[in-house]
Amino acid sequence: MFGRLGDLAGWRERDVAADTLSGLKEILTGLDAALGSALKGVGVQAAVDRAIVRGDTVLAPDAEVAFMPPMSGG
Amino acid sequence: MIRIVDHVLDPGAELTRFCANRSVTGAVTSFVGLARGEEGMPALELQAYAGFTEGAINGFVEDASRRFDLQDVHIVHRVGAIRTGEAIVLVFTAAAHRRAAMEACDYLMDHLKSRAPLWKKGADGAWIEPTARDHNDLARWNRDGEA
Repeated sequence: MFGRLGDLAGWRERDVAADTLSGLKEILTGLDAALGSALKGVGVQAAVDRAIVRGDTVLAPDAEVAFMPPMSGG
Repeated sequence: MIRIVDHVLDPGAELTRFCANRSVTGAVTSFVGLARGEEGMPALELQAYAGFTEGAINGFVEDASRRFDLQDVHIVHRVGAIRTGEAIVLVFTAAAHRRAAMEACDYLMDHLKSRAPLWKKGADGAWIEPTARDHNDLARWNRDGEA
């Protein structure tokens, strides 16, 4: 989790078992509804293994998923 | 070379190293971005995504290299807690002639300011997003055209 998403979640990284990106979002929403709705917010992007993913995708067992709010720039 | 670092930068030392041992370079442009705010106080906190952020910045460097006749680029960006007056970002460009070095430096900063995957929190604890001015600065490179 980056930026305001990390503040909202109260954590930056954690291990979660999920088969797909949409499944991961459902699990996170179940843990924290406010975080779940923030993940679906305007401008929030997901990256799987450091590549931006639009829509859903299958996750490998050791995949790294990043949720990124709109970037601030440097 | 692109580096993301979490320690205080020494712009002068970095620039001296960048300028050393050059025989075909006629111009180096340097940009140093400083944190504004109250003296001696924390001004900003920055997060990067290791690997991903450098990759995106490298994309800006590749675009700049296609657009301008560049010889070398050096970008260092701070992350973590930054105090007022400290350097946040260094952009150095080297070229045979000054126009390419100056324009490429300007181009790179405009892209860094609005497109780099960095998340920035102000001293008030609010997360910052690019301003309309940052977007306008970026848009002028498209208005100028590719020719």
